[in-house]
Amino acid sequence: MINNAGPSNSAAVLDEGVGPPSLSRLSDADLSSMLLIRHFEKNLLKLFEQGFLHGTTHTCLGQEYVPVTVTSLLGDADHVFSNHRGHGHYLARYADAEGLLAELLGRAGAVCGGVGGSQHLLRERFLSTGVQGQSLPVAAGVAWNLKRSTPGALACVYTGDGTWGEGVVYEALNITALWELPLLVVTENNGIAQSTPTGQHMAGDVRGRAAAFGIAYERFTDTDVTRLRAALQPLVEQVRHMSRPLVVEFVTHRLGPHSKGDDSRSPAELRAVRAADWALRYAAAHPEQFERIDAEQSRRVEQVVAEVLARPLTDWSPR
Amino acid sequence: MTAPRVANDLNTALHRLFAEDERVILLGEDVCDPYGGAFKVTRGLSTRYPHRVRNTPISEGALVGVAGGLALAGDTAIAEVMFADFVTLAFDQLVNFASKSTAMYGRHLPLRLVVRCPTGGNRGYGPTHSQTPQKHLIGVPGLALYEASPLHDNHTLLTRILDGGVPAVLFEGKVLYGERMFTGGVIDDLYGYDLADGVARIRLHDPVPPDCVLITSGAMVHRTVEALRELLLHDEIVAEVLVVSRLYPVERAPLLSLTGPARRVAVIEESTAGGTWGAEVATALHPHLWGTLASPIRLIHSLDSIIPAAAHLERQVLVQSGTIRHAVKELVHG
Repeated sequence: MINNAGPSNSAAVLDEGVGPPSLSRLSDADLSSMLLIRHFEKNLLKLFEQGFLHGTTHTCLGQEYVPVTVTSLLGDADHVFSNHRGHGHYLARYADAEGLLAELLGRAGAVCGGVGGSQHLLRERFLSTGVQGQSLPVAAGVAWNLKRSTPGALACVYTGDGTWGEGVVYEALNITALWELPLLVVTENNGIAQSTPTGQHMAGDVRGRAAAFGIAYERFTDTDVTRLRAALQPLVEQVRHMSRPLVVEFVTHRLGPHSKGDDSRSPAELRAVRAADWALRYAAAHPEQFERIDAEQSRRVEQVVAEVLARPLTDWSPR
Repeated sequence: MTAPRVANDLNTALHRLFAEDERVILLGEDVCDPYGGAFKVTRGLSTRYPHRVRNTPISEGALVGVAGGLALAGDTAIAEVMFADFVTLAFDQLVNFASKSTAMYGRHLPLRLVVRCPTGGNRGYGPTHSQTPQKHLIGVPGLALYEASPLHDNHTLLTRILDGGVPAVLFEGKVLYGERMFTGGVIDDLYGYDLADGVARIRLHDPVPPDCVLITSGAMVHRTVEALRELLLHDEIVAEVLVVSRLYPVERAPLLSLTGPARRVAVIEESTAGGTWGAEVATALHPHLWGTLASPIRLIHSLDSIIPAAAHLERQVLVQSGTIRHAVKELVHG
């Protein structure tokens, strides 16, 4: 087992005898989106080592399929609230590696002038903040506005497993259920909150917490975008057209450290996590397509890095 | 015509805002009819605008967060926190989200958001329902603090706050709700007032150069006026009072022009000492008045204490008219 949590709130238990289901062939666009995120994040870690990046970063290596699945079910009118581990959320929506990297490097063309950095992005109806749980009530407020002004649109909030430790999450879920707001809560349960395994920070599980408010809940351990999308699509339609909240828990794996070099997991745990990596499994199942697109996205991100590093620093002054 | 009570004036102001702007949304605990808010300030709104007024659970963090989300989506959001003491439960939403959002995304993002907070003591509600917590929110970039007063029209004030596009907290002294608004420039037989640049000045009907200028905010107006009369009638000290409505950022220019060449200035607040609005005012004014002041600006606070419930004990701790009179006499006579 990856951690000492009960099976319902732990990361997927990797039983070598059974193994995860095989991965279906994706469209080039979906795979490109996932590998864009993968290479973007890998390059960020490299840029840190090289001293080009300032501050911190939280990579979503291993979790790329979650935002790619979710984003494909969202429209322009939907609001997305992202969090500290939000690069994948942003790239899945906008494929704007240039703007995001410029933001992280404080270079011209940055999404938010280099002011917000990794954890504070705002573009159209996409917003991220760096305080756990803070977005839940804000998203509920936006969902209330959408319910009145744009029926059929929803607010989507990404959380981690650790986010469920914040009290304001429950205040917001209560209000969202009471007021029948179109709020989609996507929990990426990667089994570890910074360094604390889920079993040490969460009593019970996400399912029970959603049930306490009478909120619809679904849990996915699969990493196959095709199957996930098919399963999620009707549930998201219910959020839109019945105007009611939904909590979706993706049991997933964080391949990288919490931020830069702070991974405290044992070698055995890391081996298990790496073995679950969708990319390895996809490469084995569809080698030709994977190698082609992997090489494309690798080149693309390398070009973006070189191009953005050559840009001038951003200009901003406090009002 | 009898002037309305402050709670009614606030209520009328809210009704006008709802009528003028269909994007106004109000939420808070027990704000709907027939209750109409713990202090009846929101009475009638939910009946007239049932889809724009919502009772919330007892969840200050979330209700202020929801208000922030509404403002983000383009609504005009008015949130009520039933007792200002509980604004601490919404600290993250105010300090880390709403205020920062106006700037942290690299561009100015206006938010039409005001959080109303019934504030202060002298009502016998005890230690957790009587505080003046303004000081805990002072100095937050992107967060404006206002205080209602019986001298400032509340519709004008709320319009100013919301049109500013800066998330704001409006403190409403609970002692004021049952008092009548002052109108027509008259306080009483001795004193009148005028308004300039958002600051109300209370002085004698036939003004003479004052011995002392007192700066305060809404909740302290009645206690300060009482002290003013005592000082004049019994101590032969002439004082003028400046009542501000925006606490933070401190509006230095109107205060400077109205304190003029005063040699003695005091700031009166119900808060306990330490990192207060009064200290901010003194810091803003000292460099400009240094050459003319006879002594440093005096800060008048409540005692460094929790606020007891029993009336006689509460009076002992909070600033009363006698506290002000005593402090001003010391300031003027040394």
